[in-house]
Amino acid sequence: MSGYGIEDLVYILPIVFLLVWALVLVLVEAFTKRPDVTMLLAAFGLLAAVTLSVIQFGTEATAFKEMLTVDGYAVFVYMLVLASGLLSLGLAYDYNRRMGWARGEYYILMLFSIAGAMLMASAANLIVVFLALELLSIPLYVMAAFVPNDASSEEAGLKYFLLGAFAGGFVLYGVALIYGATGATNLMDVVAAALGTNSPVMLLTGAALILVGLGFKVALVPFHMWTPDVYQGAPTPVTAYMAVVAKAGGFAALFRVFIAAFPSVSADLTPVIATLVVLTLVVGNVAALAQKNIKRMLAYSSISHAGFLMMAFVTYGSALYADAVTSLLFYLLAFTVTSFGSWAVVIALEKAEGKGLDFEDYAGLGKKYPMLSAAMLVFLLSFAGVPPTLGFAGKFFLFRTVLEAGYAWLAIVGVIMSLVSAFYYLRVVRFMYFEQGDPEVRSEPVLNLVTAITVVGTIFLFLFSGPLLAWASEAVLALI
Amino acid sequence: MVPIEYYVALSAILFMIGTMGVLTRRNAIIIFMSIELMLNAANLLFVAFARMYEALSGQIFVFFVMTVAAAEVAVGLALIVAVFRTKHSINIDEASTLKG
Amino acid sequence: MDANLIVFIILAVVAVGSALGMLLNKNAVYSALFLILNFATVAVLYIILGAPFIAMTQVTVYAGAIMVLFLFVIMLLGAEELAGATKIDWQKPAAVVLGVLLLAELIVVIFFRETVFAEFAELTDFGSPAQIGRVLFNEYLLPFEITAFLLLAAMIGAIVIARRVRQSPSKRES
Repeated sequence: MSGYGIEDLVYILPIVFLLVWALVLVLVEAFTKRPDVTMLLAAFGLLAAVTLSVIQFGTEATAFKEMLTVDGYAVFVYMLVLASGLLSLGLAYDYNRRMGWARGEYYILMLFSIAGAMLMASAANLIVVFLALELLSIPLYVMAAFVPNDASSEEAGLKYFLLGAFAGGFVLYGVALIYGATGATNLMDVVAAALGTNSPVMLLTGAALILVGLGFKVALVPFHMWTPDVYQGAPTPVTAYMAVVAKAGGFAALFRVFIAAFPSVSADLTPVIATLVVLTLVVGNVAALAQKNIKRMLAYSSISHAGFLMMAFVTYGSALYADAVTSLLFYLLAFTVTSFGSWAVVIALEKAEGKGLDFEDYAGLGKKYPMLSAAMLVFLLSFAGVPPTLGFAGKFFLFRTVLEAGYAWLAIVGVIMSLVSAFYYLRVVRFMYFEQGDPEVRSEPVLNLVTAITVVGTIFLFLFSGPLLAWASEAVLALI
Repeated sequence: MVPIEYYVALSAILFMIGTMGVLTRRNAIIIFMSIELMLNAANLLFVAFARMYEALSGQIFVFFVMTVAAAEVAVGLALIVAVFRTKHSINIDEASTLKG
Repeated sequence: MDANLIVFIILAVVAVGSALGMLLNKNAVYSALFLILNFATVAVLYIILGAPFIAMTQVTVYAGAIMVLFLFVIMLLGAEELAGATKIDWQKPAAVVLGVLLLAELIVVIFFRETVFAEFAELTDFGSPAQIGRVLFNEYLLPFEITAFLLLAAMIGAIVIARRVRQSPSKRES
């Protein structure tokens, strides 16, 4: 009578496995109290989930009474956030011990939040979007505040919490209005009801509120208020993690919801989206120019990248949105690899009590540590969109899509802002190679491994942009 | 009967008051309570629409929202207590260690 | 005037008044008490709207457990009078603009809508615990399971933050 079968679980096996694994780890941590054991097991769980996702590729199904959709798009995002999880485990492993607050709960919370991001990518019902958003966010609030008795970390956690809960309120109110306008929260039913709705204003308002709420989550201007504070105050591995995974989850849900459920209001929303994109690009990049702290600079830089990602969104409602989503997925991949790499370098130079994070601390890095500074150079070039890096390919595909969609002016704004961004990225390069200094670097195998993987990824994957793009576009096909 | 619009109006006013609270107050606890008010406004909307459509799903959502609110309260109040123990203030803009 | 309407207006006035009281009061304890009043009033509206079970949970979970926790923390911290006198300048106009926008939207939604919403029909046994349970565990099984993990994650998180070994004050002081 219930109408559920084992296949419902099989379809979302990566998520189910990750959540069950997190439960196992709760017990392991409780009985062994060995953070390194928990960390290794968490890494194993993530690897297993990646394997399960690989097997899943090509599946197209809905599970749990159309609450979740499993398709190429979802699986692409699964793999992206799982890989992000593995990379940030690598970042956190040594850092947490070095700073003296290694605790196994950190890794367990991270697994919960990754499962939340995966659910967001799959969610086919607005109420699931809301709950997945919370499952993604609540562990993140705790992780941001993870450093005990540290005012800046705890404050970052609190600010992130208040901001996130506020955003959640907007999303929820939007869902409520859409429920009122259409009588449904299931994306398929919403789109069917939206065509014949008797209250398009309510539908539009609801969609706009969801946009605002998720805009807070992915740090679009003007909803970015505390993002720089949070990114600066949180422990660096957490910053790296939330800069990528919160964005991936937020954008994944944003695109699926708007493409599947709200094509009818696209004409009204597109100007708003374009305005948000321009605001985000300008404010993010211009504010980054003024920064002297590398964490804060990267925070503003990540805001500006949210603007670039959002750029793909102006095409929603037009015939070109499939290409747009493809370039979004590719840009997300490029941003993930580059971002984790740059944070790995930041962690290598960071010292206790927030020292070692100013541009001055990078002076002389080029001479003393040529490998590390070369790696940083690659990441900064990739951020700025200079070939031969993954970041260039990402921007190239993105601007091409935007141009094809007839938003030439937006592409021009994007190019100008890329040039502006080159200024502040190159300032770090100037410090590394043209200033005198004696930086201290902590060389640690796991961290070096992350740096190496991401450097190789940034350059090597650029050579395979074509196949990767084809993969992304295949992933998107299912969405249509 | 009271028309549904009245409920929508009441809910929107409550939501607006909550939003204003978040934007104008500096005390973390008050901000948090304002967010609770926003969630509550959404709940009222759900229940009213559930009545309108004669569908129970709207009422079910309220359950989920209450669960989320409970989870947020657990984490949020723990964070507020932690910040207060370290800084002896929960005024989120005061003497910020994160400015600059 | 319709009796139902009068009841609604009284409840609405109390709800809005208590929300404003929460917002404007300088003392956090009074704010929390006003919010409890607001939640209780909304619970009465739930009963009118045919959601007795939700109304019950609203009183026990929201007005009861959650707000008691709030009051507990406020009193534990002695934070009653810490209400912020300092306000950031730009936020006030921004808040007013936002408020006006929302109100405008509200007026549009209510008075310029294209067609009339359906009138309420009389219902029996609507929103009873049995019915809610049936829908909850049939159609909404997955969201229900997600909330279970949400609560677990929140619990672990709260314990991590709350149960910390106090370090010597010399270390890690900003």
